[in-house]
Amino acid sequence: MRRAALALLLAPLIALAAAAQPQSGFELMAPETQAMQRDDTANPGMLWVQEGEALWQQSGCAGCHGDAAASMRGAAARYPVYDEARAGPIDLAGRINQCRVERQGAPALALEGEPLLALGSFVAHQSRGLPVAPPADPRLAPARAQGEALFRERRGQLNLSCAQCHDDNAGRRLAGSPIPQGHPNGYPLYRLEWQGMGSLQRRLRNCMAGVRSEPFAYGAPEYIAIETFLMSRAAGLLLETPAVRP
Amino acid sequence: MPRAGTAPSRRTCLARWPWVLLLLAGGAAAQEDSLPSLTGTPGDAVRGRAIVTTRQRGLCLLCHSGPFPEERFQGDLAPGLAGAGSRLSEGQLRLRLVDGRRLNPQTIMPSYYRSEGLHQVGPAWQGRTILTAEEIEDVVAFLLTLRD
Repeated sequence: MRRAALALLLAPLIALAAAAQPQSGFELMAPETQAMQRDDTANPGMLWVQEGEALWQQSGCAGCHGDAAASMRGAAARYPVYDEARAGPIDLAGRINQCRVERQGAPALALEGEPLLALGSFVAHQSRGLPVAPPADPRLAPARAQGEALFRERRGQLNLSCAQCHDDNAGRRLAGSPIPQGHPNGYPLYRLEWQGMGSLQRRLRNCMAGVRSEPFAYGAPEYIAIETFLMSRAAGLLLETPAVRP
Repeated sequence: MPRAGTAPSRRTCLARWPWVLLLLAGGAAAQEDSLPSLTGTPGDAVRGRAIVTTRQRGLCLLCHSGPFPEERFQGDLAPGLAGAGSRLSEGQLRLRLVDGRRLNPQTIMPSYYRSEGLHQVGPAWQGRTILTAEEIEDVVAFLLTLRD
């Protein structure tokens, strides 16, 4: 009886502690999907990582960056970072294209095209297992604030904000599927629903269309602001690229 | 007339005022809590059931569960629909479908018959309500049949 009363008293505290700790969407997946992500020979995202490694070699990235396993380790855990040229945050895909255009004199790769997804997956994969560690750069604060405002803004014909599902109702079931907290710690990732690889921006567009709102164009600063906010919200979670999600 | 011949004193008159105010306020709240028919024609409960259980039309089962054993994937973000017809009146159900924000501005329940006051609506949905007036009446008619 006393133990039950104690448990009742402690339950809200335990719940609070759990809420303070970000939880990867991985934890909510079916065991088969978790196993698919864990096993590199079964994880379809590894095909993009391998393709990205080939592109890294062919495109001459190694000429400056050397061994990606050393030079790229930690990059995906930090990004988006502040970029002088943009006078704002730049995401990893944006940096890859900036590097191509300005340093290699090569054309930018199409956003969400397979080559950029492959290179992005290869680079992000070098940070797998590292904790999300957004830089404490005060120049990122305006973008982070803008991203949070967008996260909390109700939109679309269904008039829902990201926060209403991914903060207020995370863990509950939307049509039978558990709602994750919405952390960006596995991108680019292989989504079973897509039967393919996609970026965080593609995922954000899915939700925006889901609430019947007009998504921003790929590469829009709004997405990078949202990513900047989401990375600070996910601080400490381990990078999983290439993650697998339902 | 029980009170015939007894003129109420000024004091009792004043004492009754709070009750009158309460009744007035209660009346106003009751009015706010429900809506009259949008079409003047009773809805069709069979069509209403189809709207509720068709994911792309009613969207209801994304958040609600209900007595629909054939529907495998139902949500738990919102109160179950079982017994909705005994908990709420026709007018109360209608208001909650039309624009639940009038009762709770923070609700996650979309306003099914409202197209203004929205933000960044996709082109395909602009100026359109989620359901038509007839569809709202059909859903109300169906929900009223959920008695337990």
